Amino acid sequence: MKTYEQFEHKADVGVRGYGKTVEEAFENGAKAMFEVMVNLAKVEPKKEIKIECKADNLEELFVEWLNTLLSEAGIENLVFGEFKIKEIKKTNPGYKLVGVVQGEELNPEKHEPKVEVKAATYSQLKIEREGNQYIAQTIVDV
Amino acid sequence: MEIKNLRKINDYQWEIPKTGKMLVPGIIFGDQKLVEEMDEKVKEQVQNVASLPGILKASLAMPDCHWGYGLPIGGVAAMDQNEGVITVGGIGFDSGCGLRTLKTDLTLDEIKSKIKELVDSLFETVPCGLGSRGKIILSKKETDDLLKEGTKWVLKNGYGVKDDLEYIEDNGSFEGANPDYVSERAKKRERGQVGTLGSGNHYEEIQYIDEIYDKEAAQKFGLFKNQILVSIHCGSRALGHQIGTDYLKVLAKASRKYHIPINDRELVCAPINSKEGQRYFMANLCALNYSYANRQVIVHLTRECFKKIFPGAKVETLWDLTHNSARWEKHEINGEFKKVLVHRKGATRAFGPGREELPENYRMVGQPVLIGGTMGTCSFVLKGTEVGMNLAFGSASHGAGRAMSRTKAKKIWWGQSLLEELKQKGIYARAASFSGFAEEAPGAYKDVTQVIEAVDKAGLAKKVVRMKPLGVIKG
Repeated sequence: MKTYEQFEHKADVGVRGYGKTVEEAFENGAKAMFEVMVNLAKVEPKKEIKIECKADNLEELFVEWLNTLLSEAGIENLVFGEFKIKEIKKTNPGYKLVGVVQGEELNPEKHEPKVEVKAATYSQLKIEREGNQYIAQTIVDV
Repeated sequence: MEIKNLRKINDYQWEIPKTGKMLVPGIIFGDQKLVEEMDEKVKEQVQNVASLPGILKASLAMPDCHWGYGLPIGGVAAMDQNEGVITVGGIGFDSGCGLRTLKTDLTLDEIKSKIKELVDSLFETVPCGLGSRGKIILSKKETDDLLKEGTKWVLKNGYGVKDDLEYIEDNGSFEGANPDYVSERAKKRERGQVGTLGSGNHYEEIQYIDEIYDKEAAQKFGLFKNQILVSIHCGSRALGHQIGTDYLKVLAKASRKYHIPINDRELVCAPINSKEGQRYFMANLCALNYSYANRQVIVHLTRECFKKIFPGAKVETLWDLTHNSARWEKHEINGEFKKVLVHRKGATRAFGPGREELPENYRMVGQPVLIGGTMGTCSFVLKGTEVGMNLAFGSASHGAGRAMSRTKAKKIWWGQSLLEELKQKGIYARAASFSGFAEEAPGAYKDVTQVIEAVDKAGLAKKVVRMKPLGVIKG
């Protein structure tokens, strides 16, 4: 069964993650986004970074998660390949996410860079449950 | 888009009548074929924008319009200064993204045999591609100064000549840009990025003028047949993307706080005069300043390359514009000149003759309107018109506009063979990423000539010259 995919958009790219839990769908959504930028299979887990983020609702939390990953990667010149969300907690108000991600320094020779993702948007943003799986998706601006 | 649901104003203007929550009608510019080929989503987005508080006259879509997030790409919306809102969806994450065109005193014959050398030199000198960084590392204070002063700071530090400033929209520097409203995260992401091209549809292209439509205007702009030009397309890099990202969150909260009725989450916004709206506006001016500065440094690097290969050649700025912005401008609204906030997303400012914002030697002609084509086709310089001022707050298209998704393009084209294909046409290309290059295949875009004809016939701007590509570097 596929865990993540990209879907078509005229100017940009859609990223979609599937999972048995919301956490897993978020993790796989992140994989779909980094696959837009590089060849994910070439990324080794040499560095680990802790990620924490908050938002008013689950949909915005997904975008916040993706955008936090983009800025962490950008600041440290990293690329991520492994994503683990420890938990998504309902807070009052909103939601909080705690996770760790692994990757290494971006190396154009090794990672086969494709296109830079500028940001995750609110376009076609959806967190849904379909049967026994969750889907997290949005459009990323490239 | 179903044409039967639109009201035809003339061959190049189509109205989406005001219905439901729309406060103003929508107007789509383009010939019937272009409009029919636009996605139904464009209509929906134009309608949603037409429902934003304070929108004036009409929600507009340019002939190259396609489905984006928030405003469609090619969307224009002017807001009342008291009642209006400001939205990230009306500017985009790559705020300040735009085009700089340089004019040289070289001709096609003089440069032909050296294209490869020139393109290779540019590819080595101008950092491009995913996460690219350059040699200018700014301190914290220098970053703030650059954000405040834009191109002026860059010039002070030796990357350009004074004459450049006059031919950059807004003189490359907005007063009121306040780096205090730009997050530390955004400033950290800047590190080493000023003077870099980035990726996606960004490029630097060597072109020659192959057709002149308006002799008089071409002369005023200093353009002649077979002249070599250089066009640079890029934006505000990670710093700008982070400013957009930060304020998307702020505006999502503001929309709830101020109970703004929005039909679409992508249009989260804040009243211009609210604390949130003001802060976003001032932070965004920093992104705009940065984008002008970024292109200025690339111009400097470009001149270095020319100096090596063509010593003594003149490389001057024809014009620099941004096609992702929100700016205060004066426009005629119901017979009265008013200050309005114009959002242009993937749309070029195209001011007509007489505007005080234009440099003296262009003022009687109208501003140069730079429209970039695709790699294998052609680009254009047009001039702004009086008609365009009234029809579209002085706006025109920004490019060819995508006709096909990136995913689909990659299935059809392959980077390496595309390079060969371009070579057959006499275009020498270098790309940081083969896959990214394939996504930008000329066939994935609308026919730029058709878009330009529609801009010209609608009267938004008038054709001056056409340029053909000789060499290109892609991110």
